[in-house]
Amino acid sequence: MKILTEMPDVTALMPEIVMTCLALVLLMLDLFIRRKEITALLAIVIAAVVGFFLTGSSGTAFSGMFISDGYSSFFKLIFLVSLVLSVLISIRYIKIESVNFGEYYSLMLFSTLGMMLMASAGDIIVLYLGLELMALSLYVLAGFLRHDTKSNEASLKYFLLGAFASAFLLYGTSMIYGLTGTTNLKAIAHYLAANGVAHNPAVMLSVILFVVAFGFKIAAAPFHMWAPDVYEGAPTSVTAFMSVGPKAAGFAVFGRVFLTAFGGLQVDWAGILIPLAILTMAVGNILAISQTNIKRMLAYSSIAHAGYALIGLIAGGGNGVASMMNYLFIYAFMNIGAFGVVIMLRTEGFKGEEITDYEGLAKSHPLAAALMLVFMFSLTGIPPTAGFVGKFYLFMAAVAEGYTWLALVAVIFSAISAYFYLRIVMYMYMKEPKAEVALSTSAPHGIALAVATCAVLLIGVLPSGIIELARAAVAGF
Amino acid sequence: MNGLAYPILSTLIFLPVLGAAVILFIGRNQERLTKWAALAVSIAVFVLSIPLFTDFNRMTPLMQFTESHAWIPSWNITYFLGVDGISVLFILLSTLITVLCVLISWNSIKTKVKEFYIAVLVMEGAMIGVFSALDFFLFYLFWEAMLIPMYLLIGVWGGPNRVYAAIKFFLYTLVGSVLMLVGIIVLYSYAGHTFNILELMTKTYPYRMQFWLFWAFFAAFAVKVPMFPVHTWLPDAHTEAPTAGSVILAAVLIKMGAYGFLRFSLPLFPDASKAMAVPMLTLSVIAIIYGAVVCLAQTDLKRLIAYSSVSHMGFVTLGIFALNIQGLEGGILQMINHGVVTGALFLSVGIIYDRTHSRQISDYGGLATVFPLYAAFFMVFTLASIGLPGLNGFVGEFLIILGGFTASKWAGVLAATGIIIGAAYMLWLYQRVFFLETNQKLVGLQAMELREVITLLPMIILVFWIGIYPDTFLSFMHPSVQNLLERLNTGGQEVTLAGKIAEIIK
Repeated sequence: MKILTEMPDVTALMPEIVMTCLALVLLMLDLFIRRKEITALLAIVIAAVVGFFLTGSSGTAFSGMFISDGYSSFFKLIFLVSLVLSVLISIRYIKIESVNFGEYYSLMLFSTLGMMLMASAGDIIVLYLGLELMALSLYVLAGFLRHDTKSNEASLKYFLLGAFASAFLLYGTSMIYGLTGTTNLKAIAHYLAANGVAHNPAVMLSVILFVVAFGFKIAAAPFHMWAPDVYEGAPTSVTAFMSVGPKAAGFAVFGRVFLTAFGGLQVDWAGILIPLAILTMAVGNILAISQTNIKRMLAYSSIAHAGYALIGLIAGGGNGVASMMNYLFIYAFMNIGAFGVVIMLRTEGFKGEEITDYEGLAKSHPLAAALMLVFMFSLTGIPPTAGFVGKFYLFMAAVAEGYTWLALVAVIFSAISAYFYLRIVMYMYMKEPKAEVALSTSAPHGIALAVATCAVLLIGVLPSGIIELARAAVAGF
Repeated sequence: MNGLAYPILSTLIFLPVLGAAVILFIGRNQERLTKWAALAVSIAVFVLSIPLFTDFNRMTPLMQFTESHAWIPSWNITYFLGVDGISVLFILLSTLITVLCVLISWNSIKTKVKEFYIAVLVMEGAMIGVFSALDFFLFYLFWEAMLIPMYLLIGVWGGPNRVYAAIKFFLYTLVGSVLMLVGIIVLYSYAGHTFNILELMTKTYPYRMQFWLFWAFFAAFAVKVPMFPVHTWLPDAHTEAPTAGSVILAAVLIKMGAYGFLRFSLPLFPDASKAMAVPMLTLSVIAIIYGAVVCLAQTDLKRLIAYSSVSHMGFVTLGIFALNIQGLEGGILQMINHGVVTGALFLSVGIIYDRTHSRQISDYGGLATVFPLYAAFFMVFTLASIGLPGLNGFVGEFLIILGGFTASKWAGVLAATGIIIGAAYMLWLYQRVFFLETNQKLVGLQAMELREVITLLPMIILVFWIGIYPDTFLSFMHPSVQNLLERLNTGGQEVTLAGKIAEIIK
């Protein structure tokens, strides 16, 4: 009985515990599963079970090292949604790429587990743990096409630069630990406020180091260099997964660390993030224009979207953070949706990654073209799609906090982005098909696309529910 | 507020969208059925819009046929619709034009027929939405959503240079619109978190803010009008668009810019509007004269009519920024007139283009002998465009010049020279196309079909109706325009009437 009373309260941790166990079970079970579709299905079931446990989890564990609150739960929802959608669009794709192995799904689960730990981290050590778990799984996933040199290159590049970013994170951590004697986020904030060392250059240095490390994870310029190559080289389904979940996880820790530990320094770090956000939008939107490979184009587009989401963080306050979370949630659907269409063009013996491959798609495959049209307009931010709602909320938060000029910069860049998103629409609708393009379709794939499309259109027209959810999530922060 | 048994404005907005959804499920090879369905929907919408004309109370400046439902409570956004004397006529124009667009495209659209009619119907819903929205968020939603079908209309079914024209149109309008979006958000956070347009109009704003917001809104509206010097998208878009696209653009879409000035810029930023009247009048006069002179040099039929739109819309903005009753009413009436006449001219060009597949003026000549009925129609529209007394163009232009002259003598005088050049390019065009030696290629062209005659007839009726008895239409506007002037002249002060409106709505 003594052991039981000494056992820490782990209710807050239940979703993660459940996920760890089930993911390990799946890894072993996979040895006996012949048809890998079943593994995929089980992965989705696991996500659902974890989602169920998520509803009942709240509070802190291990003396504040692990926090389960509205903020973390909202992000975990984003991770699970992107996990399920990514699994659904992977099933047929990895078969075509002839890498139909069960570990693929286990790695996705572990990566998601890492993200969930990141979102709940109340301590930099837990954060690091989650981040490495997420990243290590992703390095493997990025190189999953073992016979493809591009995929190998993507994996190696991602690994080297990721390790580099981790070093920055550790360096920043050691700096702040040396100063405050703790790695707990709340304790850091407390120490900084109580001892008046908030403006110590070492604190600023560690803030900058954290910006570099997290900036790498969310692919913000100038730490974005890896993104286009990795996105292009990695299997498309992994790219879809990678462009949403890890990015959201990066934002989750960005918000957690900067608003909790460095909450008193908001003016200072906002001063660093503003040029970063502007540069990110500029690099993403302008370089996307000249891309000929759609995966690279979407990579630059995802860089640009990190720039928009940063605006919410800069604006800060309840609305700012809620608008950022709302944006990431919407972004999950529209971006995985877009990649979902990209994947369909991949058939045996045809890569379908060039933008010119989309010529006349509206004629040969009107439904696929129409879906792509919806996602492209949503990514541009044209109503009545969810992308517009997301941007609108961000700009509203920015203006309310007095960053009208930043909103102005952002809208100009989003007008520029119309050019390259519409180029896809133009190729699909306004050109004649050159060669016959076949599509690889499957029922799970159809479900994923249907869910993404419905979400994009529904949130575009009736955003109230998700806005309230994001607001409620921030309320307890 | 609404004596009708059904929410008329919502019906008008969503019936076309619903119709488009139904067409979505019609088989790809059943083109006849698609066309008939589109026609049926557009006629039904037109018929349902008639109560706006007959049941409209012309004695009050208040919003009528209002509908208000909570929509996004988190941001205090309501689904709020209503029309007053300024907007009601544009809704009627939109519903009529859509019917004509469906008719004129009957045989000329041969590819992606289904998608074409879906785009046209969705477009109609969005247009009506723009004119009836009384919540800024809702307004912006329709305003931007409209870009999607229009982009496709130009880009998919347009002429040889369509892709360039479509993207140019989209980017120009989008850049202007997003600046307005920031303006809307600034207004929202300043005025106590409301998007309700009527409520926003009861507030006063510091001049500095009015000034910047005026220009932010100007960016959106001036591109749409289009005012000089941001008009360059228009000749490309009008020229490359299919006939229906040109007609919608000319008749309805570019009216939205001027409507925006009337509905938002003037009442929200009265001080800035008054202070900026001189630059606005100057830009208007430049547009009038520049547009007209450029017309003289055009060799392409559609391009000529497109540039004439720049000139005619210059008259409209001149009337609006004259900031007096004649100018404002003239401006609104001229918007309707321009919609009717230029719409009709594009329809006419479409009719002949279907037969010859040429837009070059030099390919025509002597058309009057081959095509007498068509020549008669075109003559009426030409004269209406010039502003011959007895036809609709005259009434509007007369009022505008009267108002312009009161506001600034120079503006009045210079605008009048625009009319002279207008007569020159239109008559010269008519001469080159219909008289002179008959071009042998034109002999034996198929005569006008009944469908085409029916398409042009409503326009002919309107040309004469407005020309002979404009009061039918002017009487719609009197109270609303009066109210607008009151708001303008009391400056940013609390306007009692507008305050009352907001009270009633609540």
